[in-house]
Amino acid sequence: MKRYIGVRLIYLVLTLFIITTATFFLMKGLPGTPFDEEKLQQLPTEQRQKIYASYGLDKPVVTQYVNYLGNIVKGDLGTSFFYTGQKVTDIISGRIGPSALIGLQAVLLGLAIGLILGIIAAYRHNTGWDYATMIIAVLGVSVPNFVLAALMQYYMGLKWGWFPVAFWESYSSSILPSVALSVGVVALIARFVRTEMLEVLEQEYITTAKAKGLGFIRIMFQHVIRNSLISVITVLGPIVVNLLTGSLVIENIFGIPGIGSLFVDSIKMNDYSTIMGITIFYSAFYVLVMLVVDLLYGLVDPRIRFASGKE
Amino acid sequence: MNHLLEVKNLQVSFFTYAGEVQAVRDVSFTLAKGETLAIVGESGSGKSVTSKSIMRLLTQTAKIKQGSIMFEGKDLASLPEKQMQNIRGKDISMIFQDPMTSLNPTMTIGRQITEVLRKHHQMNGSEASRRALELLDQVGIPNPEKRLKQYPHQLSGGMRQRVVIAIALACDPQVLIADEPTTALDVTIQAQILELMKSLQQKFDTSIVLITHDLGVVANMASRVAVMYAGKIVETGSVDELFYQPKHPYTWGLLDSMPKLHEKTEELHAIPGTPPDLADPPIGCPFAARCPYTMDVCYDHMPPYTEHSDTHRAACWLQDSRAPKIDRPQAGGER
Amino acid sequence: MPKETQNLDALFKPAAARPDDKEKITRESLTAFQDSWRRLRKNKAAIISLVILVIMVVLAIIGPWIGHHNYYDTDYSAVYQKPSADHWFGTDKFGRDQWARIWQGTSVSLMIAVLAAALDLVVGVIYGAVSALLGGRVDNVMQRIIEILTGIPSLIIIILLMMIMKPGIITIMVAMSITGWVNMARLVRAHIMKLKSQEFVLAARTLGTSNGRIIWKHLIPNTIGIIVINTMFTIPSAIFTEAFLSFIGLGLQSPMASLGVLINDGFASLNSQAYLLLYPSIIIVLLMVAFNILGDGLRDALDPRMRK
Repeated sequence: MKRYIGVRLIYLVLTLFIITTATFFLMKGLPGTPFDEEKLQQLPTEQRQKIYASYGLDKPVVTQYVNYLGNIVKGDLGTSFFYTGQKVTDIISGRIGPSALIGLQAVLLGLAIGLILGIIAAYRHNTGWDYATMIIAVLGVSVPNFVLAALMQYYMGLKWGWFPVAFWESYSSSILPSVALSVGVVALIARFVRTEMLEVLEQEYITTAKAKGLGFIRIMFQHVIRNSLISVITVLGPIVVNLLTGSLVIENIFGIPGIGSLFVDSIKMNDYSTIMGITIFYSAFYVLVMLVVDLLYGLVDPRIRFASGKE
Repeated sequence: MNHLLEVKNLQVSFFTYAGEVQAVRDVSFTLAKGETLAIVGESGSGKSVTSKSIMRLLTQTAKIKQGSIMFEGKDLASLPEKQMQNIRGKDISMIFQDPMTSLNPTMTIGRQITEVLRKHHQMNGSEASRRALELLDQVGIPNPEKRLKQYPHQLSGGMRQRVVIAIALACDPQVLIADEPTTALDVTIQAQILELMKSLQQKFDTSIVLITHDLGVVANMASRVAVMYAGKIVETGSVDELFYQPKHPYTWGLLDSMPKLHEKTEELHAIPGTPPDLADPPIGCPFAARCPYTMDVCYDHMPPYTEHSDTHRAACWLQDSRAPKIDRPQAGGER
Repeated sequence: MPKETQNLDALFKPAAARPDDKEKITRESLTAFQDSWRRLRKNKAAIISLVILVIMVVLAIIGPWIGHHNYYDTDYSAVYQKPSADHWFGTDKFGRDQWARIWQGTSVSLMIAVLAAALDLVVGVIYGAVSALLGGRVDNVMQRIIEILTGIPSLIIIILLMMIMKPGIITIMVAMSITGWVNMARLVRAHIMKLKSQEFVLAARTLGTSNGRIIWKHLIPNTIGIIVINTMFTIPSAIFTEAFLSFIGLGLQSPMASLGVLINDGFASLNSQAYLLLYPSIIIVLLMVAFNILGDGLRDALDPRMRK
């Protein structure tokens, strides 16, 4: 087990290193600079050099790269080009709150509804319940989240005025975006749980449980749902991806000061250091979640737990 | 005669998208206290479906169309599911073919045994654990305390089948249905498991319905045999009757297809052809198409049972007085 | 009973075996393809989806030409017009005809998605097949590469790539495929590995069948199903990715139209002209739903074991 975690950590660092390197050189290859070129040209050369130097841009690319890597190890993602003088790490940490709130609410909501729908669909296999759930699941993966969010904002926000629009003022501002973000999660989970449960229901050990004379509810909870839920952990990875991409557009649509909208704004502003910072932040988050998912799965499923830990 | 279990005219069909498949067609048999009845036949002959019908564990696509399964004055074929649950695992229990898949992989052995005790004997946790320990000991699992806390994948196939047997015997059932209990095991383990079942049967006076396609197992375990073919029992009798005076050509074929050590022939005897399609079963004798002694009557008329002793019956037109006298080739009483 | 048996007396004589009866096959035999097609046809939702897709494709091709206007002409005297007999889906802020733009956009979106899926298919299948067939150290190295690639959130990489490359159809396609093939490669490899150890392949090998023949006769026919299914699901996700990129301003630029561009434009004028957002949204949802349902249907039809 320890060895397994060790190997995984090495991979994690390697992956992050590759991402950082790729991001760095991609950014260097970008056309244009983050500065206002016209104004910059008007400045005397000396002052221009000073600005470049303050961002470390006067050094050769390789030196810049080594410096950047060194700074990352120290937890420093550089200085923003757009928000002058602000540290990228400070900007990001200032934006985590709203993103985390919405993301967490979306996951909880999506999990709750998705589980209920999936269980009902499997239990009432090939009935109206099942079909309704499948329709919801297909719609959930088919309707692009930004379309849904835009329509929700238009109808529930603007037209009917149920929720505040395009402002981050109170808790109620987080409701619509959370719901919009959770739809994809609902679809993923409902579909997965349903398939998994139908699979488990066909297993021989369920027949054994029936042969013991156990009642329906007992079999469902002790054997079927329990075993199906174990593998739900494996969809947490796709869910995180879903939330990350969702947050990019949804935060923009609802005007939420989170990391997603910061990322899209930085892209529009050519704010390289912030783009790189968020890329690395997202990647680290994603890679960590995947690691936690795998470890969690090993912990919950006895087959894996013992297979990897035959001390 | 006082029967513990009496199956009468059982008909079970599967309703698939290809139409109705008549898996069990008019099967009747009885089971007395303490005896072992073996049901033999090839795959698809309906023997497993018959056993699942007794437990009412058929899939949703299958239906008991007709017939009764009498047990202690109750007809299991029409018993409400709730009452059926009180019989399953307590009065009648079952052992499945593949111990690799018949145990829940995410539950400890202990939990899986105590589960059935809690259900039927309303035991509390520590009582149930004590009983589970006792059971594991009885089925010959060394180090039971340790095993209780382990998961199925940590046990070998033979050990797992012992656990399955422990679960089945937990509540002292009157009837034990064993559906090919040794097929998935190594030959050496097979003998151990059969010995175990035999000794436990003697100890608790359990009646066993043994489903198998292995005549060796039958000879070893059973007191009576029913031979199934294409959803019907074609011949039934005591083990001696079946092995020494078989009447049905299908039984002959089965016996001949057993490899015999003392015979020097290198040839294995197989029954040519395949069983009929039960989505469209033949109206006459189901074995007619493969039988070397077929008469015209066989194709279009179902043979009635002829009685050869109190226990021995066969469904074959050759037993009719009008049929030509045909003896089993190469002397049946060889064994 | 005795009465009836009386009439049978004449029948008690040995009958010639009816040889055709012995191994009678009562159900017609179907090739795998026929069987799959029959199962697919039974799936009403999948067939309806197929019909919708065909209609959409036809409209995407001829749509821009059957209205009264083309998709790029601006007309400042007719901006923000509501749907009418002249402009069936209304006009946008430059007075361009929405009907023509939507179908033009649909065809662009479809083209990008199909081409990206095709690229994924080619790269993924080759990579996966090579990895599985060569095995050993090559496979090991190739798998490590895949492991690292799957650790990278692909959308982020796509976004970065879109930033440095010139916006355009090819760019989007390439950017999506740079990470997109990994999934296909994994599936194909896993599937071939499974097949390789299965007994019918071992049997063929024991009989001295050549490697080429094993690949051609056993591995490819048995892998096609999973490739088709995966491609069917790649297309809608590519449609989504394209729209997503355009929506955050990294995709195609006006006057080029794609569903994402149109939705982005529609969102900008949402408060007054909801129809500009509504119609392209409906089209994209229809496309995605139809592809997903058809994909599900194909999966059930091609691989009944995966059926749920």
